[in-house]
Amino acid sequence: MIVLNGQHSDVRAGETIVAVLARLGLEADARGVAVAVDDEVVPRAAWESFALGEDARVEVLTAMQGG
Amino acid sequence: MAEPLSPALAGASDGTCASARSVAAPAQDVAEPAQDVLRIAGRSMRSRLFLGTGGFPSLELLAEAIAVSGCELVTVALRRVDPGARGSLMDVIADAGVELLPNTAGCMTARDAVITARLAREAFATDWIKLEVIGDEDTLLPDAPELLRAAEQLVDEGFVVLPYTTDDPVLARRLADIGCAAVLPLGSPIGSGMGIRNPYNIALIREAVDLPVVLDAGVGTASDAALAMELGCDAVMAASAISRAQDPVAMARAMRAAVEAGRLARGAGRIPRRLYATASTPEQGLPEFGA
Repeated sequence: MIVLNGQHSDVRAGETIVAVLARLGLEADARGVAVAVDDEVVPRAAWESFALGEDARVEVLTAMQGG
Repeated sequence: MAEPLSPALAGASDGTCASARSVAAPAQDVAEPAQDVLRIAGRSMRSRLFLGTGGFPSLELLAEAIAVSGCELVTVALRRVDPGARGSLMDVIADAGVELLPNTAGCMTARDAVITARLAREAFATDWIKLEVIGDEDTLLPDAPELLRAAEQLVDEGFVVLPYTTDDPVLARRLADIGCAAVLPLGSPIGSGMGIRNPYNIALIREAVDLPVVLDAGVGTASDAALAMELGCDAVMAASAISRAQDPVAMARAMRAAVEAGRLARGAGRIPRRLYATASTPEQGLPEFGA
């Protein structure tokens, strides 16, 4: 089971980061977005090719107001 | 007539002055406003007020506060994407033409802070990171050992590290030795509005490091920001003091004026504190009546 932003999701193993972003309503070139899989940053350049493994923990983050 | 107290002793009586050296210090080298530029890691800034974006009731108010504050650097946090969020903080910042300083707010370990910094670099294409590693959920005070560990790692990875730290001059020196680009000591706990609880330590930090010192956290109102600058800080970071004020835009304007006034006063060189009066009018030529 792939966990997306702390929630169990129906994202399947083999899906790319771009596909996950689309599920969140984000374009593949979204500004101010970063992705980590299993605590490792996935560079923007790899979003199209990076395929998620089973039980991946995916974090998709963006800018929020904060001091 | 009694001898006046030494500046240090007289200062200690009201609890708001700097160290003896600073109180008695001659005018510091502060350039005219037009040429007075703050430099951090090769970046030059005219404004010495940094704005935290947290706590603003709306993005519209944030945009207006950025504009009137004159700030050139604003902090942002990294959080999980909320598909239902409306408006874009990124757009507000881009439209304002200010630089963005991502933070690691909420991180309680060096490991989490380092991962967050790496993500921020990826998200915002900046090496700058306001490093926060919190050790206590009630006071949000920094965790010194974790902070040092994270700072060391991030400097190694090429980040421009601006650590939020306690008002401990020794810790500030350690952070400087590691290679941080500035130090950001707190005046009092984040969002407390308690001002600068230990101005002596802020003055000591100013003397302890040869880096920009940015007073971060605790500012409650304009006079706190002015005091920070008078103590020798190079800049002031304000978030809640502005965003949670009854009129955030008016407070942004006040903070801007306070930072500028405090900077000018630091350069002007304040008079030493004395317990007794020192007449400003000469006694020479004083007439005698009824002799």
